[in-house]
Amino acid sequence: MDTNFVIEKFILVTVIFAISLVIAMYSTYAERKVAAFLQDRLGPDRAGPFGILQPLADGVKMFMKEEIIPSSSNKWLFLVGPGLAMLCACIGTAVIPWGQDITINGKVMPLQVTDINVGLLYIFGVVSLGVYGIMIGGWASNNKFSLLSAIRAASQNISYEIAMGLSIIALLLVTNTLSLKSIVEQQSSWHWNVIYQPLGFLIFMVCSFAETNRAPFDLPECEAELNGGYHMEYSSMKLGFYLFAEYINMFVSSTVMATLYFGGYNYPGMDYMATILGPFWAPLFGSFIFFMKIFAFIFFFMWVRWTIPRFRYDQLMNLGWKVLIPLAIANIVITGIVIALVNNF
Amino acid sequence: MESLSNKKKVLEQKSLNLAERMYLPVIAKGLATTISHFFKKSATIKYPEQEREFSLNWRGMHSLKRDEEGRERCTACGLCALSCPAEAITMIAAERKNDEKHLYREEKYAVVYEINMLRCIFCGLCEEACPKEAIYLDGPIVPADYLRKNFIYGKDKLVEAPLEVK
Repeated sequence: MDTNFVIEKFILVTVIFAISLVIAMYSTYAERKVAAFLQDRLGPDRAGPFGILQPLADGVKMFMKEEIIPSSSNKWLFLVGPGLAMLCACIGTAVIPWGQDITINGKVMPLQVTDINVGLLYIFGVVSLGVYGIMIGGWASNNKFSLLSAIRAASQNISYEIAMGLSIIALLLVTNTLSLKSIVEQQSSWHWNVIYQPLGFLIFMVCSFAETNRAPFDLPECEAELNGGYHMEYSSMKLGFYLFAEYINMFVSSTVMATLYFGGYNYPGMDYMATILGPFWAPLFGSFIFFMKIFAFIFFFMWVRWTIPRFRYDQLMNLGWKVLIPLAIANIVITGIVIALVNNF
Repeated sequence: MESLSNKKKVLEQKSLNLAERMYLPVIAKGLATTISHFFKKSATIKYPEQEREFSLNWRGMHSLKRDEEGRERCTACGLCALSCPAEAITMIAAERKNDEKHLYREEKYAVVYEINMLRCIFCGLCEEACPKEAIYLDGPIVPADYLRKNFIYGKDKLVEAPLEVK
């Protein structure tokens, strides 16, 4: 094993990890600011200029809180729950291509931790594992409401994963590969998959709202019915981990949507920009564009949260099973027919 | 049977059509509404730094006035305490000494004048009752505190600042 390779990957992993944590941290701030602006308020503005230090203050508060572990809970699983939620949220970004290969001192370095040929399935798997954190936490709390919420989370994730998987199948018919790097490379300049798969994108987006337990699908943490849901018995930083994992999940699914459907680091006119900026700055500019897309999605997540009320449980299930899954299947059929016609005539 | 009010609203239960079941048109409408608020000016006043303008007849903290020569106007007649519906005002009167003529306007003055701000209801009856125009509720909002005893305001907090000697 080449030491340079290890160092290179280690740096990349550290940077990506730091970036996703910082983005998740400032998502909490952005969420409150966006909520405030959408409701004609100002939002947090006391900690530092424009309240920019608010996430730090929240973090300190979370660490300083008393930690309570209910005596009737299953202690080991109670501790594992938040850790698992956090872990599953964090490892999802490993296969994302953050930019084109970058040239530093004549050495070409890929801006991707690993380009496994089942990248898409890997992300799918990791996202599905995320529900275990909620499930275990809710069950280990030994509390009716937590358990109900955990069951809701599990059934919701399973129902929406089906539609999500089906929408991805239609995408795979177009791309013919599971490797995220190739998928992004196919979408060079403006050939974004969203143009070929608008319905698939819509289904995928709705499902990723459900997968990340974001409003309007935040039934697992519904305050009115479940007293806050699966993290009801959690306090201190363990609660913080759950809340934080939700924001990292939001970041990851924004990233996946930008990668799969909005061309990742591609943007119109990138070949021209590459000749101007050179082999070092051009990939970084591409990454910048990529992050802009991600931020746009994160903003959209928040915008939706402060617009649409929470679905009722039966509405959620109706939407998942009776609307999204048939639509996704129809999408596969139409895509298949169109591809067959295009290839044969 | 005729209903008591003439209002009649016939509720019809219609099943949703496909577009409504997908929720998309209404969601788009809702998103448009919220984003239009994103660009509106917020009505917030950042309180400790900014203050909303008070109306002219707004009643705030009391102040005990001085006359044009800087002497305290209060003569400790006790009418304010008598008129106070909340019984928030207490005072102890004393006779003015000869060498105190520059301090107090009348021959009798209040040695102790205390208002309990927790009892006060800011009705303004004391200012109406005062024959000497010595008390007015023209101050700012009474600040918050942690201890009850700190809400009993004595003359140190109530009496106007002395006139500046020019």
